[in-house]
Amino acid sequence: MPVVHTVITPSTVRPFWLMEAFQVTILGLVAAGATAVVLTRNPTRQVIFLSIYGVLLAILFMAFQAPDVTLSELTVGAVILPLMLLLALAKVRRQEE
Amino acid sequence: MKPRQRRWVFLAAAGGFLAFYLWGLIGLPGFGHYPGPYGDIVNAIAVAQTHATGVVSAVNFEYRGFDTLGEEFILFIAATGVATVLRHLRDEHDIRVVDEARDRQVPATSDAIRMVTLAFTGPTLVVGWYLASHAQTSPSGGFQGGVVLATAFTLIYLAGQFIAFKRLSPIHFIDSVEAVAAGSFAVVGVAALGLGAAYLANVLPLGSSPGAVNSSGTIALISFFVGVEVSAAFVLIIGELLEQTLVIREGGR
Repeated sequence: MPVVHTVITPSTVRPFWLMEAFQVTILGLVAAGATAVVLTRNPTRQVIFLSIYGVLLAILFMAFQAPDVTLSELTVGAVILPLMLLLALAKVRRQEE
Repeated sequence: MKPRQRRWVFLAAAGGFLAFYLWGLIGLPGFGHYPGPYGDIVNAIAVAQTHATGVVSAVNFEYRGFDTLGEEFILFIAATGVATVLRHLRDEHDIRVVDEARDRQVPATSDAIRMVTLAFTGPTLVVGWYLASHAQTSPSGGFQGGVVLATAFTLIYLAGQFIAFKRLSPIHFIDSVEAVAAGSFAVVGVAALGLGAAYLANVLPLGSSPGAVNSSGTIALISFFVGVEVSAAFVLIIGELLEQTLVIREGGR
C-alpha cells in the first residue's frame, strides 16, 4: 500500500563497497529466485518458491534502505499471498476428486 | 498466421521494445544518485513540521494522506469483493470435515507445528500492535501492523484450530470492524473540515517532542485506523478462502 522512494546517497552508506557488494548479491539472488518460481511446474512447490522469493525481495528492500516496504513485503509476499494460493490449490484439488 | 511469420512479428516487437528499453536506461540517473527535490525537501522539513520521526508515515498519512485514503479503500473494496463473490449461494452447502476425512488418511497436525505456532501467536500480536501504533516514531505503519495482526489469526488456524479461528473472527463482526475503521479514516478528514481546516489537515496537537509515541497528531490516529482496517480485511479474506475449502456445490462443481 505505501509507495516509498528510497533515497541512497553515498555518504549514508559506509563502507560503500561492502554495501554495494551486498546489494549486487541480493539483486542476483532475487533474479535467481524469480527464475526458480517461473521454472517450477508443480503448483504446490511453486507456492513454496514464491514464499522464499518473497523473503528474498524483503531482504532486497532492506538492502536498499526501505524498511517500511520490507515489512509489507515480508508479511504479504512471504506469508499471506502463498497462504491464499495454497487455499485456492486445496479448493481446486478437492473439486478434482 | 504461420509459425514462421509469427516469429518475425515477435522478433520485430521484441527488437523495438529492446531499443526503447535501452534508450530509457541511458537516461536514468546514476546508481545511488537521487535527482528529485521532493525527497530531500521532505527529509528536511517533515520532522519539525509533523513531529513524526517516521518520515515515510508522515508522507503516507499527512502529505499524501488523500492518496492513502484511496489506497485504503482499494483494499476495503477488494475484501468486500471477496466476501461477495465467495458468499454462500443457494445450491451450496457446507460439508462436514469429519465425513471427508473418514476414508482417507489425513495426517494430524504435528505437536511441533502446534507448539511453534501457538508460541508465536502472542509475540506476533504484540509486534503487529507495536507496528500499527508506532508509525509516527519508526519505520512501520498501519498497513504493515495490520497484516502482521492478521498473520497471528492464521497462526491459530495453522495450529489446527479452525473452530478457534472462526470463533475469534465471526464474519459479521469482522465486516463491521473493517467498515468502521475504513470510515474512521475518512471521518478524521471531515473533522478537519469542521474545524475550518482543509480535508485531512493535521488538526490535532502535535505533542511535545518529535519521536514521542503520543506525538504527530492525526498521523498516529490514521495509522491506527488503517491498522485495524487492514487486519480486519485480511482476516476476512483468509477466513472466506478457508471457508471455501469446506464448501461444496451440488453437482460436484
